[in-house]
Amino acid sequence: MAIEVRIPTILRNLTGGAKAVEGKGATLDELFTDLDAAHPGLRARLVDEKGLRRFVNVYLNDEDVRFLGGLTTEVSDGDTVTVLPAVAGG
Amino acid sequence: MRYESLIDALGHTPLVGLPRLSPTPEVRIWAKLEDRNPTGSIKDRPALWMVEQAEKDGRLTPGCTILEPTSGNTGISLAMAAKLKGYKIICVMPENTSSERRQLLRMWGAEIISSPAAGGSNEAVRVAKGLAAEHPDWVMLYQYGNEANARAHYETTGPELLEDLPTITHFVAGLGTTGTLMGTGRFLREHVPDVKIVAAEPRYGELVYGLRNVDEGFVPELYDPTVLTTRFSVGSHDALRRTRELLESEGIFAGISTGAVLHAALGMAAKAVKAGERADIAFVVADGGWKYLSTGAYEGTLEEAEARIDGQLWA
Repeated sequence: MAIEVRIPTILRNLTGGAKAVEGKGATLDELFTDLDAAHPGLRARLVDEKGLRRFVNVYLNDEDVRFLGGLTTEVSDGDTVTVLPAVAGG
Repeated sequence: MRYESLIDALGHTPLVGLPRLSPTPEVRIWAKLEDRNPTGSIKDRPALWMVEQAEKDGRLTPGCTILEPTSGNTGISLAMAAKLKGYKIICVMPENTSSERRQLLRMWGAEIISSPAAGGSNEAVRVAKGLAAEHPDWVMLYQYGNEANARAHYETTGPELLEDLPTITHFVAGLGTTGTLMGTGRFLREHVPDVKIVAAEPRYGELVYGLRNVDEGFVPELYDPTVLTTRFSVGSHDALRRTRELLESEGIFAGISTGAVLHAALGMAAKAVKAGERADIAFVVADGGWKYLSTGAYEGTLEEAEARIDGQLWA
């Protein structure tokens, strides 16, 4: 078992076109570092020195991780992480 | 009830219980029927407040042209107000929005400028900002950053909810401009200790996220995450499923975004049951299903409906 990470269209150039990739780690931070080993450059598109990038939204099982613990949010096998760019509504 | 004009009939919408979808007598779910507003959506509230604030500020004067980026409902509300008050209106709307919304806008006299489907409302905002710069005489009320949007809910939606449901523990609404959640949420936080403010954000098909890079994303200027308790992303499958469930179990014919909001409300209800806590969860029915019939969302199997609305801006 691993953690499934869904990748938005605009970042699939880094995953060889894959819509979803798998990774491991105890926290989101570790998961992104793990993913970066297999898909170099991915982490830098999601995270900057201040944490999650402003226009990147990350959801753990559909809940916004900014309300869970940000990069320190704990993740475990079987979880689904969804990455999406922030878009307008209304 | 008697009102002097349609505009005066804004707000004071019914709050109805959902006896069949509420999990237990201690954990109850309530629907705020915002489709019972003058043009049939919650957006009548911010639209009228933004127009009246602009009139007070002297930005809007007779004969002015209003410009607004909108996926539909705000434009429809503004067009109605513009017609009654004597303004022209131009709406910038993504081309992947339902034909009913376009027909209604034109009926109320709005001119529509289409923005590309890819990128959704982000593109509409960008196009509208460009037009505003080219036409300084046009008045862009700009729902994403207009403080009167959130204030409409602080002054009306919030107090109405508290009056009808003093025992409220949760408020759940859709996240678009963020105005509903910011305004109602701030009011409730000031009056109800530990109230939970929960956002349900529609997760569309991939086309809508077709930006060129992640730095082109958009966060409304009104958004203040500290008002929220949490925020859920709800995909079209769950949104459609709950929209149908709401009609099947409770008889309420709502738009697709309402299904997404109900999904989050039911999630919070399940959490309360599990924790053994009482809850009165109010959620927003932003509009009725009428404007989305042509999308095919209400016909055939869920999977068929899901395939039909893929790539559409359904909220």
